[in-house]
Amino acid sequence: MTKQQANWSPYDNNGGTCVAIAGTDYCVIAADTRMSSGYNILTRDYSKIIQLVDTSVLASSGFQADVRALQKVLAAKHLQYQYQHNKQMSCPAMAQLLSNTLYYKRFFPYYAFNVLGGLDREGKGCVFTYDAVGSYERVGYSSQGSGSTLITPFLDNQLKSPGPLLLPARDAVTPLSESEAIDLVKTCFASATERDIYTGDKLEILILNASGTRVEYMELRKD
Amino acid sequence: MNSFDSNPATNSLISSEADSQRTLYPYVTGTSVVGIKYKDGILLAADMGGSYGSTLRYKSVERLKPVGKHSLIGASGEISDFQEIMRYLDDLILSDNMWDDGNSLGPKEVHNYLTRVMYNRRNKFNPLWNSLVLGGVKNGQKYLGTVSMIGVHYEDNHVATGFGNHLARPLLRDEWRENLTFEEGVILLEKCMRVLLYRDRSAVNKLQIAKITEEGVTISPPYSLKTFWNFSAFENPTHGAEGSW
Repeated sequence: MTKQQANWSPYDNNGGTCVAIAGTDYCVIAADTRMSSGYNILTRDYSKIIQLVDTSVLASSGFQADVRALQKVLAAKHLQYQYQHNKQMSCPAMAQLLSNTLYYKRFFPYYAFNVLGGLDREGKGCVFTYDAVGSYERVGYSSQGSGSTLITPFLDNQLKSPGPLLLPARDAVTPLSESEAIDLVKTCFASATERDIYTGDKLEILILNASGTRVEYMELRKD
Repeated sequence: MNSFDSNPATNSLISSEADSQRTLYPYVTGTSVVGIKYKDGILLAADMGGSYGSTLRYKSVERLKPVGKHSLIGASGEISDFQEIMRYLDDLILSDNMWDDGNSLGPKEVHNYLTRVMYNRRNKFNPLWNSLVLGGVKNGQKYLGTVSMIGVHYEDNHVATGFGNHLARPLLRDEWRENLTFEEGVILLEKCMRVLLYRDRSAVNKLQIAKITEEGVTISPPYSLKTFWNFSAFENPTHGAEGSW
């Protein structure tokens, strides 16, 4: 009989859900603020969102230490880009950078489930969705994290997204107004909170548009 | 980078010779640390036990230490790794002082440094087997944070490590409020430590409470908590046992 050994995993899932919706001239990025480990709540007030550029906002759930390290790496890379190019990165450029950064650790991944939201160079809303190793695509809306299975079908129904294989390609951004989109996001999280134990406490919403960035909060159930 | 497997004893991909170079399991461990913000700063509490598996081997281990002028650290987990962390922090504070520029590292900076150290060790599959609490006050701003052995970190009005998360945090969520006085803070922490004493088998009844304010650090001398065993069911435990089944 072998000696009992302590085991440790380099990963943990700290839970949480992220959502982003792209509009014709705005983008809404939201995430809850609960941080969990197993059946414990560690804290009710931890932000999963970071504004990397005026026009790019990253929301990530998963393993918090990896998420934070990823945020710092992207922020550092963006600083270097600014020094080298004398301008800020566009959202599609940041999207590619994030993909490359994730794939760089393909064989010891960042356990981070990302949604990147922002405005493209034309001022139109854009949302990019990722898996843990960098596979990504531009979409009209997306949800990642523990509540994504509850939210995505609802968003599919409400936003009536055009099929990606249609020809000619149809615009994925929603015709909804900014306030309608914000309301939809609040509804998504209120519902997800009911059934997902890892989602709750508080909702943080960032709204990007031509006038800049705005933040809104909404209380969620704490049980 | 070796592919990792969580049971090195039976896996041959990670060689047994290389195992002597990295932490596999802890030997001498400290149990919970509990911390709260109060009116003038931060209060931390930890007992003085160092367990060697199920043996209570050391009973005077100081698990709360000052760091520079503005911070206090509390550690649970492997004691030798905590001693190593203290060496890193001593170097950090020394370098900070050598700048001689009137600036000094605040608790937020020290917490960030510790987070990076813990995360980087986890990345190399050679973790420092600790959960740390870092608290302090600088320029009137109170700060209380925690970081685990794999780099998970956060700050809050009250934090705890290990069993403290299960037993103390619920009490703190119910009874903590802004601007507790020192006396109220101590009563609250003692309530948490008493529950831990009753229910955590690695806890010992010899603890210290540390306080940090803008003025500085005070770590109390060791003392014991009063415990209450006058429950009627404990007085005659075998009462009614005969013939009860």
